[in-house]
Amino acid sequence: MIADREWESIGRLPQLLLYAICALVLLFLMLPIFIVVPISFSSSLYLDFPPRGFSLQWYERFLNSPEWTAAFWTSLQVAILATLLACALGTAAALGLTRSRFPGKSLVVGLLLSPMIIPVIVLAIALYAVYAKADLVGSVVGLVLAHAALGLPFVIVTVSATLQRVDERLEHAAVSLGATPFRAFWHIVFPLIRPGMIAGAVFAFIASWDEVVIALFISGTRSATLPKRMWEGLRTEIDPTIAAVSTLLIVVSVVLMLVVEWLRRRSARLAGSMPGGGGN
Amino acid sequence: MAIHDGASVVPTLSAWTRSFPLEGRARLLLLMPAVGFLLLVFAYPLVLIAVRSVTDPAPGFGHYVQIATTDVYVRVLASTFGLALSVTLATFVLGYPVAYALARSRGFVQALLVMLVLVPFWTSLLVRTYAWMVILGRYGVVNKTLMALGLTDEPLKLLHTGFATHIGMVHILLPFMILPIWSVMSRIDRSLIMAARSLGASQFSTFLGIYFPLTLPGVFSGALFVFILALGFYITPALLGGPSDLTISMLIAQQVSELLAWGFASALAVTLLVVTLALILVAGRLLGLDKIWEGLK
Repeated sequence: MIADREWESIGRLPQLLLYAICALVLLFLMLPIFIVVPISFSSSLYLDFPPRGFSLQWYERFLNSPEWTAAFWTSLQVAILATLLACALGTAAALGLTRSRFPGKSLVVGLLLSPMIIPVIVLAIALYAVYAKADLVGSVVGLVLAHAALGLPFVIVTVSATLQRVDERLEHAAVSLGATPFRAFWHIVFPLIRPGMIAGAVFAFIASWDEVVIALFISGTRSATLPKRMWEGLRTEIDPTIAAVSTLLIVVSVVLMLVVEWLRRRSARLAGSMPGGGGN
Repeated sequence: MAIHDGASVVPTLSAWTRSFPLEGRARLLLLMPAVGFLLLVFAYPLVLIAVRSVTDPAPGFGHYVQIATTDVYVRVLASTFGLALSVTLATFVLGYPVAYALARSRGFVQALLVMLVLVPFWTSLLVRTYAWMVILGRYGVVNKTLMALGLTDEPLKLLHTGFATHIGMVHILLPFMILPIWSVMSRIDRSLIMAARSLGASQFSTFLGIYFPLTLPGVFSGALFVFILALGFYITPALLGGPSDLTISMLIAQQVSELLAWGFASALAVTLLVVTLALILVAGRLLGLDKIWEGLK
């Protein structure tokens, strides 16, 4: 009701214009997905849009190619390990940062969050130089360490945001009633910050799963990740197998996005009704 | 946790309530693993690059002098800045109305709009770049459509141009503009708008004089994100742009992987890094860094 009145208050013509612009921009945003997904099911041998017939041949080719499946498993392994590492380090750091004061805190926060904003190419060549000496180029360990660094800030940001809303008196109460600090954490704090940890984990996972630039430099040929394999494919042939891989990646992204959105809505509901984007 | 804190292993009740939960030094211990990890995997390699930029192959600032005085490199720096600037402007022009619609809509419409912004946002950058290669290619979707409509006989050269780079980058960065603006818009006190209207301001002057200035923090943090991310873009310009559309990142990658010119590449990397950090620090001073992070969340 209120929304209707507000719409009226901007007038009919501007409203129509706004709708039209939004529709065009949103179409632009969705266009790549509307194109790639149908092509991946194409029965023709070339990139054809709209596809002439339906087939799963490109998915079969993906599954039957040792190169592609190896890249898939490497990516999955790296992303899971990097997520676990980022979550452990990030949650501890968020607990250390929240409601604490110490000299140089803003410097520490700056360091912890900077992997988020630094140009990846800079980190990629810097790591490449170090890894070449340490014989880590082409190793899963090297990728995990690098990707965990990229994911860490996301975990810190999401867990800190959840911690801000945790009433610390709950923990004080548990301890004053005789719980050990560890029990108090495990039974009181941990369940309360779990949604933040899961959201942080999803971000850290996707940061590793989709990462291209660092993988290009440090994954070598021994442990090429899925994005690296795709990049190589794009430079040589634009084969619809890549459309099939892309569709699989889109599905993974959408599922993870829904997990985060669900958590966000749930925590917004728990924290009382929050307007619009305020719940994030 | 206070378990690590020697003083509180055998505590009295008052010691517990004073020093716990998670107070003081024990709290700081929790920070150590993350800080140590980033110093090793993140800060240390960057410091080595900075050192290399002034020592490889000979000590001195020769690489920086070369960057600043060679036409080609100055042009690459300038065109990367130009690209980042025009992409930022385009995302603002396209993103502002969408953010406005998001802030104004409710219920199902809002959920739908949010999904339409978030699905591409979450989709891999490489996947989206690939899609634009398919759409803009010589026999791609756009050219086929244009030829079928008889608008052109020859396929147009769209892919491997600055135009394609712009399209791809605007597409990838648009949500980074929309989300912070929406976040700020949804917190604007509506009574301010109603007050202006009831005092006789026209719709247009209310928007321009009241609403738009209130959304500026969101616009600035969105613009900062987009600009900084655009400065470091590598994958999208490398795949969609032409050979002449070199960005700083592409130049760095080229120097390392094709020419093994580590010293020069390091100097370029340090330049890009310093510019990025300077932008963030200046913006942080002007806008308040907290607000920027808030916009990101």
